[in-house]
Amino acid sequence: MDLNFTTAEIAFRDEVRRFLRDNLPADLSDRVRSGAELGKAEMERWHAILNAQGWLAVSWPVEFGGTGWGPVQRHIFEEECCLADAPRVVPFGLQMLGPVLIKFATPAQQREYLPRILDGRDWWCQGYSEPGAGSDLASLRTRAVRDGDTYVINGQKTWTTLGQHANRIFCLVRTATEGKPQAGISFILVDLDTPGIEMRPIRLIEGGYEVNEVFFTDVRVPVSRLVGQENQGWTIAKYLLSHERTNIAGIGFSVQAFEQVKALARQVRADGSRLVDDPLFAARLARIEIDLEAMKITNLRMLVDAQKQGAPGAEASMLKIKGTVIRQALGDLARRALGPAAAPFPAEALDGNAALVPPDHARNAMKYFNNRKLSIFGGSNEIQRNILTKTKLGL
Amino acid sequence: MDFQPSDDRRMLRDTLTRFLADRYGFEHRNAVAYSEPYHDPGRWAEMAELGVLHALAPEEWGGIGGAGFDIATVFEALGRALCPEPLLGALMAAWILGAAGAGLDSLLSGDTRYALAVDEAGGAQGIESIATFARRNDSGWVLNGRKSVVYGGGSAARLLVAARAGEALGVFLVDSSDAEITRYGMIDGGGAAELYCDNTPAERIVENGESIIRDALDHGALALCAEAVGAMDASAELLLDYLKTRKQFGRAIGEFQVLQHRMVDLMTEIEQARSITVLAASRMGSDGQSRTVSMAKSLIGRVAQQVAEELIQMHGGIAMTWEYPASHYAKRLVMIDHQLGDTDHHLTKVAAEYRG
Repeated sequence: MDLNFTTAEIAFRDEVRRFLRDNLPADLSDRVRSGAELGKAEMERWHAILNAQGWLAVSWPVEFGGTGWGPVQRHIFEEECCLADAPRVVPFGLQMLGPVLIKFATPAQQREYLPRILDGRDWWCQGYSEPGAGSDLASLRTRAVRDGDTYVINGQKTWTTLGQHANRIFCLVRTATEGKPQAGISFILVDLDTPGIEMRPIRLIEGGYEVNEVFFTDVRVPVSRLVGQENQGWTIAKYLLSHERTNIAGIGFSVQAFEQVKALARQVRADGSRLVDDPLFAARLARIEIDLEAMKITNLRMLVDAQKQGAPGAEASMLKIKGTVIRQALGDLARRALGPAAAPFPAEALDGNAALVPPDHARNAMKYFNNRKLSIFGGSNEIQRNILTKTKLGL
Repeated sequence: MDFQPSDDRRMLRDTLTRFLADRYGFEHRNAVAYSEPYHDPGRWAEMAELGVLHALAPEEWGGIGGAGFDIATVFEALGRALCPEPLLGALMAAWILGAAGAGLDSLLSGDTRYALAVDEAGGAQGIESIATFARRNDSGWVLNGRKSVVYGGGSAARLLVAARAGEALGVFLVDSSDAEITRYGMIDGGGAAELYCDNTPAERIVENGESIIRDALDHGALALCAEAVGAMDASAELLLDYLKTRKQFGRAIGEFQVLQHRMVDLMTEIEQARSITVLAASRMGSDGQSRTVSMAKSLIGRVAQQVAEELIQMHGGIAMTWEYPASHYAKRLVMIDHQLGDTDHHLTKVAAEYRG
């Protein structure tokens, strides 16, 4: 038993800290700290800074322009980025599609697409869920019918996060209807400016726009855009989802959120009191801190296992469940900590009408409502329990 | 980073686990755990011969271990077997005697059983409410007061008693033959005692003992956490096996999603319990010791009760019977939260830092 980082890992952590100190623009970290949403240009700016350092694709091998880091190094990097209030890396190209292309695509496809993810020419979005296919993803019905050298796509995708910024979308489409639903699915790359595609924003519970629905009407896509074999998309889909789950514990976000709530609760209020002196609030906070401390060790235990086995195990589902519950609980406390002041609708949600909200409004309630998504996306927590039932319990 | 036990600890774990499986089979365990003297003195001696007590103390005091992970290794194995032997008292006494510079030889050899008497009847949890006091008379120190629910106090030859002498909180050694002791069994097996001191002669071994007592209690709380982890693992194995074999409505009850998800949640919480215990073990002897132990004991208190209640509910009626082992695991898991500060007591200690 040894819970300490090795000398090399500590040196790496220090290197990351130095890099962040010298290269993370203060205006970006200020915005992250304030809880504001970042615009496309801000996210691209941070990507470019990381790319210049060679640290943008943390889960890619070196030969494809990635860092080649192992799970422990990735963990250290992500934790330090969170502690420094760095923007999060947009995951669709880098963490989802990239590993899929590296594993399943042809060399020509890899040469065409991977560099464009790194230098920011392409912004990918995800075409997985459909109105009728959420947790039961394999029941998806968007059809791709072969017509010579092209597929003709008809159907609808939804929950397409940040699709408004994207120029390309990776999709799961149905290419066969015989056999099991999983057997007739293919993974295909589509340009969003292809005729027949329409993207519409979905306004979410807290008033923000981050997801979209995408409609496909007779959209013609060259067969060369297929990744892997026709009708083997389900294997790719599962591979992508398992990568999506590796950092899903979101420890860094939780550590950040915990420190913010603690600082908020320590502020002296107008009447001279402090929320942290309320034993019931302090107990709520302590309970989450304990869960988080345990979670950090659970995460490290699984990282070390992943380092040995080369891939995250089924336990990643445990991290997803527990990690999202902790993040939601912290969001709950951040909202409660404001009392009545949490209720005014922030200006941006009122289409910029700042005159209608108090000047010192905070986004804690918005964040709380938005965070309900955490236990739904990436495979809902109930789906994670189904996965664990099979893999861990053998039931 | 490495989460595997060292070779020495793996050997200790395997040796002790084999011994317990062989010598504390379920029927024997229940036979000795629920009747006087609420443990098995013969097998206590055998266990001591294996060097298990030596593993609880560092070399400078004559032991061979004493690190958080040594203690956790021993108590996890004990918890798995629901072993009723009074090792907790020996552990805490060792940390007081060692810190006091007193000899540990007869404790570590198992020849002399010790218990630590801190808690008192009718008071709040924690050492702040100790009322038992010591005063000098012509022949030395005498104690007055009552110590309550002293684990292992019924079978101990010597008791270490926390008592006030003026401003100081000291530790006093009492020979059990000099004291009035009421011995009784516990609802989850094992024994404890009430200790009535009425001008009871005692030897003062620590004058200002507050930090030494807290350190011993931290070690005890860590041990209880590890014991709970062992008992939770055994409970989960029992339950999972039952889910696979028990048939209702024509199929194994483990095929019902309502039980599958609850079982997954239990496994997840048990992993969290294991993690926080590992963290606490790693911090023994460091600045973060007390707060981390409190984190662990608080989480364990909460999770152990959840495991106990789900163990019974998901089994159904069978787990309500004395005959089936699950009931005894459930009792031990719940009652661990009644020893050395419960989940709320330790939560309050964790939260105290925020006011800082």
